Amino acid sequence: MDTTITNQVPWLSLLIWFPVIGGAFLLFSVGKSKQKLSQWLALIISLVTLFFCIPLYMQFDPSTHALQFVERSVWFESINVNYHLGVDGFSLPLIILTSFIGVIVTIAGWRNIEHRVNMYMAAFLLLTGLMNGVFAAADTILFYVFWEAMLIPMFLVIGIWGGPNRVYATIKFFLYTFIGSVLMLVALIYLGIKADSFVIQDLQILPVDMSTQHLIFWAFLIAFAVKIPMWPVHTWLPDAHVEAPTGGSVVLAAIMLKMGAYGFLRFSLPIVPDASLYWSETLLVLAIIAIVYIGFVAIVQRDMKKLIAYSSIAHMGFVVMGIFLVFSLMSNTKTDAAIIATQGAYFQMISHGFISGAMFLCIGVLYDRMHSRQISDYGGVANVMPKFAGFFMLFSMANAGLPGTSGFVGEFMVILAAFQVSPWLSISAGTTLVLAAAYTLWMYRRVMFGEVESKRVAVLNDLSAREIFILLSLAVVVLLFGIYPQPILELTHSSIEYLLKCGIQSKLTDGGICTL
Amino acid sequence: MQNTILLIVFAPLIGALFCGFLGAKLGKRISHWVAVGGVLISFLASAKLLFDKLLHAAPDLNFTLYNWASFGDLTFSIGFLVDGLSLIMINVVTFVSLMVHIYTIGYMKNDSGYHRFFSYISLFTFAMLMLVLANNFLQLFFGWEAVGLVSYLLIGFWFKKDSAVFANLKAFLVNRVGDFGFLVGIAAILYLFNSLDYATIFQTVSQSSDSIETINIGFGDWSIITFICICLFIGAMGKSAQVPLHVWLPDSMEGPTPISALIHAATMVTAGVFMVARMSPLFELSDTALSFVLFIGAITALSMGILGIIQNDIKRIIAYSTLSQLGYMVAALGASAYAASIFHLMTHAFFKALLFLAAGSVIIGMHHIQDIRKMGGLRRYMPITYICSLIGSLALIGMPLFSGFYSKDAIIESVHYSEQTFSSFAYWCLLIGIFITAIYSTRLLMLVFHTKERFSPSTKRELHESPRVIIVPLILLAIPSIGIGWLTMEPLLFGDFFASSIFVLPDQNGLAIFSRSFTSVGEFTLHALQTLPFWLMLSGVMLTIYVYKANPAFVTVIQRKLKIPLKVLENNYYFDKFNQTVLVQLSTWFGQLFYRIGDKLLIDGLAVNGSARFTQLTALIIRKLQSGYLYHYVLLMLLGLLIALGWLLWPLQPLS
Repeated sequence: MDTTITNQVPWLSLLIWFPVIGGAFLLFSVGKSKQKLSQWLALIISLVTLFFCIPLYMQFDPSTHALQFVERSVWFESINVNYHLGVDGFSLPLIILTSFIGVIVTIAGWRNIEHRVNMYMAAFLLLTGLMNGVFAAADTILFYVFWEAMLIPMFLVIGIWGGPNRVYATIKFFLYTFIGSVLMLVALIYLGIKADSFVIQDLQILPVDMSTQHLIFWAFLIAFAVKIPMWPVHTWLPDAHVEAPTGGSVVLAAIMLKMGAYGFLRFSLPIVPDASLYWSETLLVLAIIAIVYIGFVAIVQRDMKKLIAYSSIAHMGFVVMGIFLVFSLMSNTKTDAAIIATQGAYFQMISHGFISGAMFLCIGVLYDRMHSRQISDYGGVANVMPKFAGFFMLFSMANAGLPGTSGFVGEFMVILAAFQVSPWLSISAGTTLVLAAAYTLWMYRRVMFGEVESKRVAVLNDLSAREIFILLSLAVVVLLFGIYPQPILELTHSSIEYLLKCGIQSKLTDGGICTL
Repeated sequence: MQNTILLIVFAPLIGALFCGFLGAKLGKRISHWVAVGGVLISFLASAKLLFDKLLHAAPDLNFTLYNWASFGDLTFSIGFLVDGLSLIMINVVTFVSLMVHIYTIGYMKNDSGYHRFFSYISLFTFAMLMLVLANNFLQLFFGWEAVGLVSYLLIGFWFKKDSAVFANLKAFLVNRVGDFGFLVGIAAILYLFNSLDYATIFQTVSQSSDSIETINIGFGDWSIITFICICLFIGAMGKSAQVPLHVWLPDSMEGPTPISALIHAATMVTAGVFMVARMSPLFELSDTALSFVLFIGAITALSMGILGIIQNDIKRIIAYSTLSQLGYMVAALGASAYAASIFHLMTHAFFKALLFLAAGSVIIGMHHIQDIRKMGGLRRYMPITYICSLIGSLALIGMPLFSGFYSKDAIIESVHYSEQTFSSFAYWCLLIGIFITAIYSTRLLMLVFHTKERFSPSTKRELHESPRVIIVPLILLAIPSIGIGWLTMEPLLFGDFFASSIFVLPDQNGLAIFSRSFTSVGEFTLHALQTLPFWLMLSGVMLTIYVYKANPAFVTVIQRKLKIPLKVLENNYYFDKFNQTVLVQLSTWFGQLFYRIGDKLLIDGLAVNGSARFTQLTALIIRKLQSGYLYHYVLLMLLGLLIALGWLLWPLQPLS
């Protein structure tokens, strides 16, 4: 019998199944009309899920790259697929982020969702659990199951509680992501059969010849590029964001986009390092396009959500850039710079989770009151909502990458590292300083400043205690990690060192067994 | 000493947080005293450190507060460097800030955003102190952007005014253009030195100054030091408002006057000058960068001074004067006279803050009229404000014995002795600039305080001297505006106060040649009376007094004769027009192009919806085949059979 549980409490299973079962319970046992009960139950379940992260964080050993909290039991014995979980430095911060955002969206949906509250809350609990599963899976098939299963509640959230054009948006969203994922499944099955194992770590040391690597790289790339999203497969995101309810947008921006980048770090780089190296320059170019082209596109948006959606694409460009910088840096033996690039990319993932989440919540605050996302419908909001103006200013500045907020850290590191490869790379990425400030602050100016524009704006109420609570908790995190980013860097540090030293080592030459 | 530094830096931050979060609850009195108290503590502690240095030659201090991030062998940290340069800066910053805090109690008395204002200016003081005390580029950049943020918030303080929120966005974006250069410079520094700490950088530079790498950035090989210096200087051009990134500063006058004095005259705008002086060991290694700096500084000094003459808004005149004076400081940097530049930075901080605060006093007296054509004869109503403006103006135009005289003359002489490319061009720009400075300063004084009264009787009835809380800071600023030059010239320029902070190559040290020719300040003063700058200044003053006293028609004659040049000047050399019509239009044009053609038409229209439509179309055709009628299927079957048979039998049919 091949069942190992290395620690006493299966924290990872709890993080996945507690919210999933809780969500299922809400869905089937709590009536549609019991609004209050559903809300409180959902809040308690998501808080307990977040609470499970505490022992995970406390007992996590950041000095090793090895998987921790491993749980393993047989699932499909005949094809050697197992229920296999474990976390390392790349997954732990994302699991904590997911659980944290899980609580935030539950509270954010408190007032503005009135129909089928139990279903709405259940969908987000399911999402939380399944996304935790994506980051905790150590078996490729299990990973794939979570990866696809997670689409269903998201699809429903946009499709049921979304805006007027939600059907187009959901279908576009689903087809885009699904087509990408299917190719990934083919690659995963091929690899699994070849290695006679579906364990991700086994695939990472599996030798693959160059022509196969190219195919696998592209299969992965399409899946991950759609999720991130990278130019030119990004157009589903603005549509999905515009139609999604606030909570959906928050989860989409804060966590779902990170799954693509996580895929690069977990699959593409270690499994097909030579193809990744071969294509790294292409990806750098795509990253630059995301930063510059999308930056310009964001400037001309008239819909706040669309604007922030485009800004997300530009910010994720830094993640892609940081990850694919490592090849040029390592081949020039600039290890420190490669660490900065990867740390920067990873930090940007986490930080963008908080900031974009907060930006969508801020727009949600306005949308709940005015039922409009058009910038031109607003003006002078700061006069009537001074507290909101303060929070929105902080998050806008964070979105523009102001030092002292977490938005600065990742971009700063990636720009520093990019210079070591080519000044032009650094200069093109640096344009974000101007572009991000332009689109974010111009939007802020038109929405918040000036005289009160209309009667509808004049009667707006400032933030409620509930809204202050969620925005304040995000504000604290954004400032804290801006002033002191070291805690996140420490968590990922060993995994990144291992990735750079062993993970991306060429599979074409026999380098022997790599150890740190 | 470490604790003193932490006290200096964090006392204003505590004041800012207190006013920001508790101010509204605790009332105006408590919040402004907490804010003033925080800055007062900072100032007293800074003054103590300065005296320790001056009297007991206290050693420099360089320490790390905490590690911000570390990667492998690299560490980025938050830390402080206390030496001659930063001591001068923190004393200037905290003193001017203290005066502005006190002044604000009177100036903003009836404003609904009272606490918010105190919170912002205390936060500004904190950020500025972090900037000047930094011992590495990371923290410098933190402070750099943080002062930019507070400047943005304060220019747009009256956010209902459209002009104010236009100005603050403009200021932030133009500064961001500079910061973009600055950030690339920092990236290049990390590339070359593998560290962001000043100490490491300077040590590496001093050891291997002759083996400078080159870098290819697409158009030829550049010395990487030159590349770094020019990138850093682009940052300085944004912050210190040098042509062509100066466009934000005049518009920033939309903010309340106290911050024009504190941020947009005395402290923040000098951050660029400070940074270049701090980086003197790097800039010394690049003649290209230095001559670029010299050129930009000289152009700014002259061209912006000329614009000062034609302005009618009292604050805008002083703003253009600030631009011009910043040009002097930058030109001095280019001539390797870093000490002279910092010396002028200090004297300018006092007299320009004085001028702005005095202008604020006038503005309150005139009930927010800022047009000097509607003033006149105010000296009878506001005698103390008048005396203070007079002192500030005399210092600005460089009247001997007043502070500005010493610092400006030191700059002109150093540029004169400099052998850098553009140095003679710069010398003449700066000389003419002195004449110009005298004209606009005298014009301001004449139109505001002398000449006949041009305001309405209702204004006249309420016109009186400002309250004590406004007058006292004016007097306290007037004192250093008179005496600080005379007092500190010897240690700052002739002594070794900056020995450990500023590095100048011996063969381009114009300032040293200049200072060797004098043994005392008195001798220098006497000598200067015989030189060109003094007479240029005097003739500028005399000409202006003549025009406004004896021959008012002269102005209209000039206006008629010089129509075309005046039009150029009235449009500020068309910088704003260019930015608005070319740069802003171009970026929205690009945005629309990428969005409409790229995203909507090509990607969504052609690729995404196109493939959907293709699928639909194919389905449509194939669907036709499955009609459900038996005879259709039979027909198809027969056709299929025929084709299949034909295919099979074809080779057996010999064609004859």
